[in-house]
Amino acid sequence: MNAQNNPIPTIAEQNREAKPNGGGAAALLAAGIGSFGLAVLAILVDQVGALKNAMIFFRPTGPLSGVTTIAVLIWLAVWAILEWRWRKKTIRMGGIAAASLVLLVLALLLTFPPLADLF
Amino acid sequence: MEWTTREIWTLIHGMGFGGLFLLACGGAIVDLWRRYAPAAPGPVTRGDERFLRVYLVALAALAWLAVLTGTYKVYPWYRATPPAGTTDLSAYPQQLLMAKPATAGWHLLGMEWKEHVAWLAPIAITMAAAVFFRYGRGLKKEPALRNAVLGFVWVSLLAAGVAGFFGAEIDDRAPVKGGATVRLMHGGE
Repeated sequence: MNAQNNPIPTIAEQNREAKPNGGGAAALLAAGIGSFGLAVLAILVDQVGALKNAMIFFRPTGPLSGVTTIAVLIWLAVWAILEWRWRKKTIRMGGIAAASLVLLVLALLLTFPPLADLF
Repeated sequence: MEWTTREIWTLIHGMGFGGLFLLACGGAIVDLWRRYAPAAPGPVTRGDERFLRVYLVALAALAWLAVLTGTYKVYPWYRATPPAGTTDLSAYPQQLLMAKPATAGWHLLGMEWKEHVAWLAPIAITMAAAVFFRYGRGLKKEPALRNAVLGFVWVSLLAAGVAGFFGAEIDDRAPVKGGATVRLMHGGE
């Protein structure tokens, strides 16, 4: 049985497959920033009348269309930039992972209306 | 036995894409937890790795389909404004909920939370799929990355759960109605 047909990769194959973790860190942090950006944008749109009108990209859906479109664009842009800068690097993952998870949990909390209304 | 097109779209959005995502998300959590832990016994086979890649991509597709159909297909019917003087609000779910103090909270808290929190799910699960696509079984050697990905998948499940719960409750109290009628079968004569 040759290596390609073997369902279990050899140690040598696994070592060859090892990749710098920068690409993973970029994806992780961008998702945290994009999620947090979505929550912040939702709060801003709720508070600022002019912004609310500006965020109506699709009238039947209202400002939600702009908030989610801009947040997704922020996420993808940050991801592309970080990917470009980090893809060949090995990053200290602990701090990036913690920051990304904190941003995501903050996003979850800030979308909760009673908390969002505090701002 | 009849359905309206709006009811069918609500079903596709909620029980189709959203419900399937909720059901399938647990599988991704279990697989990432069991097989990709640094101390997990035995190597991850190519088949296992390929399976989880396809699984996570399918999950991401379900999450995107759920939020896109929700935001651009069902939500406009939910938030439609009735013409002045309308007394029967049954075709205007948001207005119907807001008309009574006892039900207003389902919009003010439920829908206001659901419409935003649901979007965290596709972002989080797309990231998880992308990271797994790149690293696959290599995640076993990156415990911090694997734990963070697992955390994101958990939050995507929670976000989709919140959206699904409020979606079901709101649709129970103020269902999206209207559109063309689709007759599935005729009743007995």
